[in-house]
Amino acid sequence: MKNYWWKILSFILLVYTIVAGFLLKVPRLPILNETIRNLYFHVCMWMGMMILFSVSVVYSIKYLRNFNYKNDVFAVNFAAVGSLFGILGYLTGFLWVNVTWITDQGQSLASVLKEPKLIGAAIALLIYGAYFVLRGSFNDIDKRARISAVYNIFAFCMLFPSIWIIPRLVGSLHPGAPGSDSGNPALDRKDLDSSMRMVFYPAIIGWTLLGVWIATLKIRLQLLKDKNIIHE
Amino acid sequence: MNKILLLIFSLFISFNLFAQNEIEMADTLRSNGKIFTVVAVCLTILLGLFLYVFMIDRKINKFEKEINKK
Repeated sequence: MKNYWWKILSFILLVYTIVAGFLLKVPRLPILNETIRNLYFHVCMWMGMMILFSVSVVYSIKYLRNFNYKNDVFAVNFAAVGSLFGILGYLTGFLWVNVTWITDQGQSLASVLKEPKLIGAAIALLIYGAYFVLRGSFNDIDKRARISAVYNIFAFCMLFPSIWIIPRLVGSLHPGAPGSDSGNPALDRKDLDSSMRMVFYPAIIGWTLLGVWIATLKIRLQLLKDKNIIHE
Repeated sequence: MNKILLLIFSLFISFNLFAQNEIEMADTLRSNGKIFTVVAVCLTILLGLFLYVFMIDRKINKFEKEINKK
C-alpha cells in the first residue's frame, strides 16, 4: 500500500473525471457549447505534458550533478511520456478546432493554422522530437546521457515561451489572448467557473499520475535491461 | 452624439445577449439518459486501460524479483 497508493488515486480521479466531467453542469457558452467539457481531457493532456517535462528536466539536472546513469533513464522516459501526452493533446485539439473555430466561428482552415499556439506547440514538440533523435545518434552511453541532458534543459527552456508566452503576446484564439476578456482560465481561479474547477484540477492530477505510472513502468523495464551497466 | 447613441444601442444588444439563454447544449442527451451510455463506455475503456497497465506492472514486478534474486 505504501508504494502504489497513487496508482489507485490516479484511477479514482480519472473515474471521477469521466463521471463528473460528463454529468456535472457546465456554463452555457456560445461557440463552445457542450465541447467545453474538453477542458477535462484536451487541456489536461497539455498540463500533464508540462508536469512530465518538468520532472524530466529535474532528472537531467540531477544527472549532470552526479553522472548517475539511472537519472538519465528517468529523464528520457519522462520526456517520452510527456511527448506522448503532447501528441495526444495536439490530436484532440484538431478535433476540437473542427467544431468550434472552423465550423462555428466560420474561420477558414488557413486562418486557424496561423494560430500561434498551434505553431508554438508544434515547435515545442519538435524540439523534444530532436531530443530523441539526438539520443539515438550516440553509441557511447556516457556521451549520450551527458549531451542529451544538456539538450533537455535547452528544450525545457523553449517549452514555456513557445506554448505560453509567445501565443499570449501576439494574440491567439486560445483563451488568454491580449484584448480578449477570456483571462487566464487555466491558472487564474477567477477565470474558470467553480463547477468546472472541481473537475479540472483533479483531472490534471489523475492524468498526470497515469503518465507517471506509464513512465515508471518504462523506467523499470529499462533499468532491468541495463542492469549490467549500472554500478550501484 | 451619434457615438453615444451607438454606444447605448450596443449596450442594449449585449444586454439582449445576456438575457437569452438559448445556447444549444446536449440537453436531450441528458434528459433521456443516453449520456449514461457514454459515461459507461468511457469508464469501460478506462478500466480496460488501467487493467492492462496493472498487468504490465505486475509482470515487471515479477521480473525485478527474479533478476534481483540472482
